[in-house]
Amino acid sequence: MLYNPPSPLETKVLSRRFGLPDSAAIGTYLATDGYQAFLKASKMTPAQIIDEIKASNLRGRGGAGFPTGMKWSFVPRTSPKPKYIVVNGDEGEPGTCKDRVLMENDPHSLIEGCLIAGLAVDAHAGYVYIRGEYRYLIEILEKALAEAYAKGWLGKNIQGTGFDFDLYAHTGAGSYECGEESALLESLEGKRGVPRIRPPFPAVSGAFQCPSVLNNVETFCAVPHILLGGGKAFADLGVPKAGGTKLTALSGHINRPGVYELRLGFPVRQLIEEVGGGIPNGKKLKAFIPGGSSCPILTAAECEGATMDYDSMASRKSMLGSGGVIIMDEDTSMVKVGLRLMRFYSHESCGWCIPCREGTTWLTKIMTRFYDGNGSRADIDLLGDIAKNMLGRTFCPLGDAAALPMISLVEKFRDEFEDYLKGKRREETSGRLVTV
Amino acid sequence: MTFSPQLEARFATLLASYPPGRERSAMIPMLLYAQDELGSVTDELIAEVARRTGVTPLQVDEVISYYTMLRRKPAGKYHVQVCTNVSCLLRDGDRLFEHACQKLGIENHGVTADGQFSIEEVECMGACSWAPAVQVNYEFHHDVTPDKLDRLLDELKEKR
Ligand SMILES: Cc1cc2nc3c(=O)[nH]c(=O)nc-3n(C[C@H](O)[C@H](O)[C@H](O)COP(=O)(O)O)c2cc1C
Ligand code: FES
Repeated sequence: MLYNPPSPLETKVLSRRFGLPDSAAIGTYLATDGYQAFLKASKMTPAQIIDEIKASNLRGRGGAGFPTGMKWSFVPRTSPKPKYIVVNGDEGEPGTCKDRVLMENDPHSLIEGCLIAGLAVDAHAGYVYIRGEYRYLIEILEKALAEAYAKGWLGKNIQGTGFDFDLYAHTGAGSYECGEESALLESLEGKRGVPRIRPPFPAVSGAFQCPSVLNNVETFCAVPHILLGGGKAFADLGVPKAGGTKLTALSGHINRPGVYELRLGFPVRQLIEEVGGGIPNGKKLKAFIPGGSSCPILTAAECEGATMDYDSMASRKSMLGSGGVIIMDEDTSMVKVGLRLMRFYSHESCGWCIPCREGTTWLTKIMTRFYDGNGSRADIDLLGDIAKNMLGRTFCPLGDAAALPMISLVEKFRDEFEDYLKGKRREETSGRLVTV
Repeated sequence: MTFSPQLEARFATLLASYPPGRERSAMIPMLLYAQDELGSVTDELIAEVARRTGVTPLQVDEVISYYTMLRRKPAGKYHVQVCTNVSCLLRDGDRLFEHACQKLGIENHGVTADGQFSIEEVECMGACSWAPAVQVNYEFHHDVTPDKLDRLLDELKEKR
């Protein structure tokens, strides 16, 4: 099911089956080129498959944007250990709800992406880690897996190719940190989701300490399209160093929120005005989060001329992230947003390393007293200081994920924090924001 | 400890899903699926899952305390989860949460006296574009207004 109407400005590649009757069924999949990319890949050498992915300029869609072909090439194919494919379907980044739409409407493309990755790195088993709240998606995926086994697209000697592959759905149980790749791997082993020190990276020591390919759902879903249409064609959809489309989830103060598939390099203005239908009640844009709450927040001025791709966002000292675009209008209280975000990060910090555990706790304490009207000017500096001292000093990037938005808030919206102290706090905000 | 045949079948599949000697991997899914049936993670369940996955009960307990969905005390028959994270907040998710508390007469993590409803303020649940979002048990509700929530809760009340 789709929860928002499509936009005519979309480029339908990964979402091309969305809206077809029974789009998640294997019959629909097979009738629309399904599993043909796997058959094609089965006649290629592993190096050829990886070269095709490299040529597509596909970059990881989970947030960090690492080149996928390169990641796959790091897996030591000749290692005597078994290799694994791991799908990150934890989707916990606030603002992000696109993997959900992919798994719900086209689960077989995810399965096919895993099969192709398996061919590329000589893996014969894979795990799809799905957040516990997405129980209905686990059911959809399990149904798709059963169909694929029944029709010989999973299991032993798939379609006579001699290639064996098993894929399993694995449920999480409520943890944002388990979306972080190494914490996910710990969780997959039945442990607390605490990150691992790297190196070694998952390519060398991943699931069960064996070489693994770990990618986001959307990254795997792009793979069949790349194999079928060719890496070059996929690359051409995007911008020079990043190929293809990005599923973009629009949320916040926008007339037509929803998940839309857009070419990388899509202009931010057009995204807001045309795809999203503008900001409700003719209000002005105040702030823009390009890819989930962990990205530095951009001001309206910084959005001028910006496009939705890695380089454009990096040049504005933010990130494309996960594709979760959050729009805030001129009436938004940035103090309130700051408090809510810090509460999220302190709640989700796994507590393993001190800079993150203490940093997020203190950011929340200070934001709370500030929000309650007991703050001081020194607190504004302190928030920035603490956040800056967390940067790069934590075991995994959750610390940065909390620090980056905090720094951008106090630096770019300092006036508003100062006004808040003078009692000019927006009446609308006081007294709420309850617990967690 | 005896479970329903469906849950036993689920356990068997799970225990066979991981490489040999890696039964521990099945622990978290086993706990969550069992909780769905039992209402909470009981001491007895911990001992049973520990036995079947080849770890100590303490090792299971230590894992449970990490995951927010695993709970040692039963929730209501209908566990109402309201997201107040940023995308939902911008669409009055916090107001919706307060409204739900008032309507049910309980506070965060509370359970109604009759055990029918419980409430929890939750983090982003992956419904940001259809905010504010609510989950009742595993069921998603999108673009929820206070009125819509009232109707939903009233319907569930009548269902009992
Ligand atoms: C705190 C934290 C949470 C994360 N959550 C997710 C997530 O829910 N889904 C995801 O795909 N990646 C998430 N990531 C990124 C992963 O660590 C990893 O980079 C990604 O899954 C790799 O896949 P990709 O290369 O296809 O993007 C998270 C990272 C951090 C630090
Ligand atoms: S912020 Fe509420 S569902 Fe994502």
